[in-house]
Amino acid sequence: MMASGENTLPIIEIQQLKKRFGTITALDGIDLHIYPGEIFGLIGPDGAGKTTLIRILCTLLLPDAGRVQLLQHDVVHDVQSIRRFLGYMPQRFSLYPDLTVEQNLNFFADLFQVPPSIRQQRIQQLYHFSRLEPFKNRPTRALSGGMKQKLALSCAMIHTPKILILDEPTTGVDPLSRQEFWHILHQIREGGTTVLVSTPYMEEADQCDRVGLMYRGKLIVVDTPQRVRQRFPYPLYRVWGQDTYALREFFQNLETVHSVHLFGDALHVAFTQPPVPSDWKHWQLTSHQQIIRWQPIEASVEDVFLEMMEAHS
Amino acid sequence: MNQRKPAIVAEHLTRRFGTFLAVDRVSFRVYEGEIFGFLGANGAGKTTVIRMLCGLLAPSDGNAWTAGFNVRTQVEQIKQHIGYMSQKFSLYEDLTVRENLAFYGGLYHLRRDQIQQKKQQLFQQLELAAFETTLARDLPLGFKQRLALSCALLHDPPVLFLDEPTSGVDPRARRDFWGLIQSLARSGKTIFVTTHFMEEAEYCHRVAIMHEGKIVAMDTPETLKARSRKSSMQQVFVSLIQQQLTES
Ligand SMILES: Nc1ncnc2c1ncn2[C@@H]1O[C@H](COP(=O)(O)OP(=O)(O)OP(=O)(O)O)[C@@H](O)[C@H]1O
Ligand SMILES: [Mg+2]
Repeated sequence: MMASGENTLPIIEIQQLKKRFGTITALDGIDLHIYPGEIFGLIGPDGAGKTTLIRILCTLLLPDAGRVQLLQHDVVHDVQSIRRFLGYMPQRFSLYPDLTVEQNLNFFADLFQVPPSIRQQRIQQLYHFSRLEPFKNRPTRALSGGMKQKLALSCAMIHTPKILILDEPTTGVDPLSRQEFWHILHQIREGGTTVLVSTPYMEEADQCDRVGLMYRGKLIVVDTPQRVRQRFPYPLYRVWGQDTYALREFFQNLETVHSVHLFGDALHVAFTQPPVPSDWKHWQLTSHQQIIRWQPIEASVEDVFLEMMEAHS
Repeated sequence: MNQRKPAIVAEHLTRRFGTFLAVDRVSFRVYEGEIFGFLGANGAGKTTVIRMLCGLLAPSDGNAWTAGFNVRTQVEQIKQHIGYMSQKFSLYEDLTVRENLAFYGGLYHLRRDQIQQKKQQLFQQLELAAFETTLARDLPLGFKQRLALSCALLHDPPVLFLDEPTSGVDPRARRDFWGLIQSLARSGKTIFVTTHFMEEAEYCHRVAIMHEGKIVAMDTPETLKARSRKSSMQQVFVSLIQQQLTES
């Protein structure tokens, strides 16, 4: 487990951070402490301000107001020292298209001065995750979209920075590789690196020690994934039906239903008051036997996310 | 299912790059009005298959027909009968929403009044009107995705190819987008879609799973789950690919 708590000094300290672009308020007073050895996840809809926040932390963008420190170094005044202990992978990462997979890895290993003694081991570990070893002599431009993403990610993880910041690293990465990516991220954290990662995959929030939900330039919730899930205030059921779309409409029209969302092959139905067995019997009839099965469930981070978006819009 | 007309037919479709076999004798049919999900690990060959079916890349071997036209000999007709949303939404970032649509309309030789009429309909359906004069690069990703879809739908094609249309898009925008896909399919359009979100695979009528250039499974999500005794497509996918990797 991470070493967080009141008695540890935060490794990332953000106070009243503000940033505007013209008339758009991208960051509207962000306060956040991230502690050494944490994996902190940033989630939120498109345009919530995640990338702006990340770019300021990485000294690529100046704040309008507020204070941001990494390891007690100020992002405005200590740019050079911050870049020495920071690893960063932007949303759109440029690899050298004419270099091969292996040449790219070695190029970044040189750039970050990875000692030769551990370089091979690290590259092997990254190949295991990316499954790119059979293609190591292929020029990067001939890789598929997801293969490029995995190579970019490998290049960003080739050294062991004190702080690693990844902006949507798993976009376009296949499900199996995503599992393995998180496995490596946990190993990197064991090595003492603090990780800040943004993601559009809600199930990845559960892999983080804490998550922050961003919406319209504000951090609305910061907590452990477990406590975020417990914030969901309504009794929630997973319901399977003959025709999920028809069933969704059926539930949307019930008075005691707060919300209905599609989750894969089933619906998540949140009620304003807990349904009793006779309710289900009744709905079976009124829906013309559309309901196959139902089961009370604990809310996922995605349920909380959707609820939060509806509550705030 | 079998009385239905096929909108896409692939027979032993194959593509080599040098000596590398990217797509290896792939055969399948997709029927009119069907939502066909194309899954597979990175580099499995999904985009390469799509590019061949769209007439953008010549097959090395085998054959295919899209909307009744041959991918080798009738490329121009195919272009008029398909919509294609590529993996990196290919929009003109420095053009506004309206200009992007006008540009794509021009590509398909549509008259100005046709573009105008279709534009009104799409703006309403996709809720894009508020962004008409916004530059594509300033659009939130979810709306960029809708603009890319509008461009692909402008000439009212019967067959749509969507290559990772929801990658990087947030959970609510993804649900909205799938609502659109469902209604397009109900109106008779054929949808060929790739995704790395396995819960989206559940929304497809049928899915094919590719591994190293070959199709290793193809059926409805229900049947695939029942056959492998898994409760989700996520589990089906991961176990199937792991099995393939240990066998090879
Ligand atoms: N022009 C090319 N030259 C050489 N190899 C290529 C070329 N285009 C694609 N490939 C290779 O063909 C294979 C299939 O690529 P493709 O883009 O079809 O994968 P994909 O299934 O779409 O993957 P992703 O999920 O990452 O998008 C990959 O190994 C890729 O490197
Ligand atoms: Mg692809």
